[in-house]
Amino acid sequence: MKGEDKYWTEVILPKKGNFDLRLHELWHFKDLLSLLVRRDFVSVYKQTVLGPAWYFIQPLLTTLMMWVVFSKIAHISTDSLPPVLFYLIGNIAWSYFAACLNKTSNTFIANAGIFGKVYFPRLIIPLSTVVSSLFAFFTQLILFAGFLIYYVYQGFDFHVNIGLLVIPYFIFLMALLGLGMGIIISSLTTKYRDLSFLLVFGVQLYMYITPVIYPVSSISVELRKYILLNPMTSVIEGFRYAFLGKGMLDFGQIMYTTVFSIVVLLIGVLIFNKVERNFMDTV
Amino acid sequence: MIVIKVENLSKQYRLGVVSSKTLAADVNRFLAKVRGKEDPMMTVGVENRLNTVDGDYIWALKDINFEVNEGEVLGIVGKNGAGKSTILKILSKVTAPTTGSVKIKGRIASLLEVGTGFHPELTGKENIFLNGAILGMTKAEIRRKFDEIVEFSGVGKYIDTPVKRYSSGMYVRLAFAVAAHLEPEILIVDEVLAVGDAEFQKKVLGKMKDVSKQGRTVLFVSHNMVAVKSLCTKGILLENGMIKEQDLIGPIIDSYLNQFAGKGIINNEWTKSNAPGTDIIKVKSAYVEFKGSHITVNTPFNIITEFWCEEEGFPVNVSMVLWDKNQNCVFNISTENIELEKGLHKATFNIPEQLMNDGYYYVQNYFVTNSTPHFIHNEANAFEIIDDRDNTDWYGKWIGAVRPNFVKTELL
Repeated sequence: MKGEDKYWTEVILPKKGNFDLRLHELWHFKDLLSLLVRRDFVSVYKQTVLGPAWYFIQPLLTTLMMWVVFSKIAHISTDSLPPVLFYLIGNIAWSYFAACLNKTSNTFIANAGIFGKVYFPRLIIPLSTVVSSLFAFFTQLILFAGFLIYYVYQGFDFHVNIGLLVIPYFIFLMALLGLGMGIIISSLTTKYRDLSFLLVFGVQLYMYITPVIYPVSSISVELRKYILLNPMTSVIEGFRYAFLGKGMLDFGQIMYTTVFSIVVLLIGVLIFNKVERNFMDTV
Repeated sequence: MIVIKVENLSKQYRLGVVSSKTLAADVNRFLAKVRGKEDPMMTVGVENRLNTVDGDYIWALKDINFEVNEGEVLGIVGKNGAGKSTILKILSKVTAPTTGSVKIKGRIASLLEVGTGFHPELTGKENIFLNGAILGMTKAEIRRKFDEIVEFSGVGKYIDTPVKRYSSGMYVRLAFAVAAHLEPEILIVDEVLAVGDAEFQKKVLGKMKDVSKQGRTVLFVSHNMVAVKSLCTKGILLENGMIKEQDLIGPIIDSYLNQFAGKGIINNEWTKSNAPGTDIIKVKSAYVEFKGSHITVNTPFNIITEFWCEEEGFPVNVSMVLWDKNQNCVFNISTENIELEKGLHKATFNIPEQLMNDGYYYVQNYFVTNSTPHFIHNEANAFEIIDDRDNTDWYGKWIGAVRPNFVKTELL
């Protein structure tokens, strides 16, 4: 029996293990991943007038609006940091997470055409979105660096700190969490289309319970323990700590976010794997 | 050597209520179920089938078993909905089977739908790489075959142009070129004949022939029996999700065509009380007469109309006009004119084999007296002629109103 199993290169069965990720297969398609990233990269701003300038315009306008509304009008604290820097870094980090979540959440619906015709590991698609969203993120980070240099030149007190070393890990955490939540939603939207509408403002609401437009330090102690339950809190605060010197860099919180993200991703993969096999029959 | 082994393969689809599509609807259904009420999503008048175990399902495939040996070209035929596409979908892992298993030895690739994943904004070159990767090639593999692919596609000059500027023909050619260079051990070809121009079809089937000549395995699904007959060695006939017959391709095609026996043929018969006609001429029947279960281009057949004449000595000739489905007149032929006795008469038009082309035809009968139409019987009956060609490299529709083989040809 063992010998016969070796004979076949592929055995198609009704069910596979829930966590059978077929990593070797994913590995075989690694070139597809890089080509999909390249496709997103090349095609996204084609035939737009401003092209990649949109990468700058989006966070700048949002930051400007937040500055006016939350700082000037509502007088919400920015931890005594320059409001532009405060909002900009929060926005850039948040929009990477939001992009991961939003874009992976329509994996099945948006790719039903391809999925219905060829087989390749479906997970490649959300993975490629998470990677290609990095491009916008890093471009915006350069924009932020420009502002930071300007403000330092103007006398803003900035010291390179240990937090910068954790930034890659924060990015990784956001990718993990965004991907996990995104594929859960994408799996559910194959059955419930209304979830995709819910998602649009769900992500917006989520931003308000994440300390993007306010610092954790401005939150009262009794409310703070709830804010800290949000896995994105430590990420945004960590970003601020790394680049602006004020915020929160708490090992326990980062561990909490890590565990939370991994659990979400595992649940996501579980559901995704289940849906992947038969979603063509229900779409 | 066996390269594909399909065992007890079944595929079940849920029907009807599966996609309520909105969460609210499902919550409603759930609440109703909890309270033991009727499912509000059920169609009125249909009893709640959710309570039954199996009522809501349909078997698209049921207990399919077959094996394919290396180098075989297997034709899978059957009517629409027989389960052909479902088999291919399972083989290419697009959807999973409900029960049973498929074992495959070697790389499998399908020409199901060429051009999958092409992005209009990307250049031809970029799309070759992207499409190749979607189909399972590595970058290195694509790079190695790149020149060959471009050559085969014939779009060399435009390879750095975004494919949205391509004509649809170029687009398909490029897409096919990529798929054709996958070099799989097992190739799945599905209805490619439906798309593309004649030259493209030739290329596709030429490639298929090459592949099978190299000793690789091909699964071919098509409604084009000419192509199936010329290309395949063995066949499977599917009916209602089950294998009806497995055999050499000849008998399989016969059985397939037998399923349509009488389908494309409309024979009409009337009684004296409802007969079309006039007081003098009343049509009893209009039909075709032939041997076997269907008319192919190689079948001689008779077009017949029977009618009653109610007036002794009424002079009539029956003039039969044959129309194709595009309302073109194929030809018009008449009987001699005779003075009919009162009673039943029969006009027969003897159509030899290898005169007609394949297609649908309608019969119109003129009952002419003294050179003027006395009664015109429109669409008296209709029939279909099925193509049947051997040893051909051209599988497309044979054009022309007729295909007369009494025309002698000579090439010096």
